[in-house]
Amino acid sequence: MSERFRPAHADAPWARALLAASAVLVAIVMLVLPLAAVFAEALRRGLPVAIGAILDEDSLAAIRLTLIVAAITVPVNLAGGIAAAWAVAKCDFPGKRVLVTLIELPFSVSPVIAGLTFVLIFGAQGWLGPWLQARDIQVIFAVPGLVLATIFVTFPFVARTVMPLMQEQGRDEEEAAATLGASGFQIFSRVTLPNVKWALLSGVLLCNARAMGEFGAVSVVSGHIRGETNTMPLHVEILYNEYQFAGAFAVAALLALLGLVTLAAKTMLDHAAGRRAGGAA
Amino acid sequence: MSIEVREIVRRFGATAALEGVSLHVARGEFVALLGPSGSGKTTLLRILAGLEGSDVGSVRIEGEDMTGVPARERRIGVVFQHYALFRHMTVLDNVAFGLRVRKRRPSAAEIARRVRELLALVQIPELERRYPEQISGGQRQRVALARALAIEPRLLLLDEPFGALDALVRKDVRRWVRGLHDRLGISTILVTHDQEEAMEMADRVAVMERGRIVQCDTAEALLREPATPFVAGFLGEATRLDCHVRGGVAHFDPLPLPPLRVTLPDGPAQAFLRPGDIAVHAGPGPCTVRALRDAAEERARLVVEFGGVLLDATMAGGQPVQRGASCRMALRGGILFGADGRRADAEPVVRVLAG
Repeated sequence: MSERFRPAHADAPWARALLAASAVLVAIVMLVLPLAAVFAEALRRGLPVAIGAILDEDSLAAIRLTLIVAAITVPVNLAGGIAAAWAVAKCDFPGKRVLVTLIELPFSVSPVIAGLTFVLIFGAQGWLGPWLQARDIQVIFAVPGLVLATIFVTFPFVARTVMPLMQEQGRDEEEAAATLGASGFQIFSRVTLPNVKWALLSGVLLCNARAMGEFGAVSVVSGHIRGETNTMPLHVEILYNEYQFAGAFAVAALLALLGLVTLAAKTMLDHAAGRRAGGAA
Repeated sequence: MSIEVREIVRRFGATAALEGVSLHVARGEFVALLGPSGSGKTTLLRILAGLEGSDVGSVRIEGEDMTGVPARERRIGVVFQHYALFRHMTVLDNVAFGLRVRKRRPSAAEIARRVRELLALVQIPELERRYPEQISGGQRQRVALARALAIEPRLLLLDEPFGALDALVRKDVRRWVRGLHDRLGISTILVTHDQEEAMEMADRVAVMERGRIVQCDTAEALLREPATPFVAGFLGEATRLDCHVRGGVAHFDPLPLPPLRVTLPDGPAQAFLRPGDIAVHAGPGPCTVRALRDAAEERARLVVEFGGVLLDATMAGGQPVQRGASCRMALRGGILFGADGRRADAEPVVRVLAG
């Protein structure tokens, strides 16, 4: 009996190695290489050129617009996401299942269709078009349209990260708080919200990353007016189509960097939350 | 404070959780709601706490109608089944919660003083900086109790509070909680499905069955005068046997049990025989000893078998017996219910066989 003991549920060592190797390989080819290529391409003619491309007037406008859209989208979806998750997890009402399905709608519908819907509603030919035009309000091909489209596409992130946690936690603590004399608002702010704060932050970061990177829906409602309604992803596409590779890759690299920073922050948060829960157990 | 529950009805869709429940709890009294799961005891507790509404009926605390009064204004302390401690707060913050959310909130120093007092009362002063997940089940329960007591409750509700504790700790904690109740004098209602717990802790036990309180009395009265066959079977360790009454005598055939004299009309009846009612005599006989308990004591408990029927019984003295030995049985008495639900105490026809 010289063979080492192996638990019944463990796979053969060669099988485990093969699985791990293929996972790493796929990750490198599909995720790491493209990202590395973007940075390599952006820096091919040196850092000053890349920085110069980013400091271009139109590029700066695109960056500013992207940040503005994200700055409006994230708080809106934070509030909406908390409200939706809270309603689903802590309350019983008819149509709850429909609401859960609706929350996931933006994940299943193509963003382009979402953008077209907004054009259909708010565009010059749309349902509300004449009413809006009479009051000189521009939604489509303007910032409000971009914000609307982005909110729609990124709505599920906060709701979907917070909801499962709230459901798992149940209502016990809220009920205990009520018997101890807490008002509805006190229960929400002192019990419900602190219990999901890590998941909430993680959802906010994901929502932010997606809001900055959204292309499809935004592309439809933007109108591609350079320096006015171009967000970073749209700007990258324009530069690329005009063969301005240096500029395209520089802006793309910046966008990727924003996404990576978000991801790193989220990972650190998850780790901190895990350590808090795990270390205490 | 005295609590008056009147004719509470509560339905969930088509099923009725409570069907006209009335209960009176005197000031400083300890009452247990005892019943199998689904009997409505937790629903009644939640209605008292204001976490659930009732369709019909009223709850009065010290004469004041609680209908429409939200949970947060009732000042009823609840210890939940799984304690429901705030997981992101320390023990200290948990206990302080009820004081901090008050409209006229005491000063920080006053809150700290009160919390330390309560933690000392529940004997866990050293845990104030810990989080709920860092302490044991028994300690969590003490925190839950301290937290409920912090609001100076008019009534204390305990929802199966000992279920999550292991058997050894449970006994101690039970006595300790009852002692605390006696010291503080707060009216208390305990929900449990454990009859031993209910009878040991409570002044009175309300036995619940399918949304009704079938009997509410002291443990002794419940055992001696059960109102229904359900109570007789649910409390104590009685064996239920079908029998037949003919001319004032209950017969157990084909079981080799002597008949019992009882004042019930002729017809089928149910007998509830406690271990003490069945006396076992060692020696040749139709029955077999299957298990022995407390063998060293004067009145050893045993399980006797005849024809596949197992009976809890007591040794009547004489020679010690072994598992598997043959024996015969005599009856000292029993409680019988006739087909019409009438109860009667039974006694031996002839007082022989003793010794």
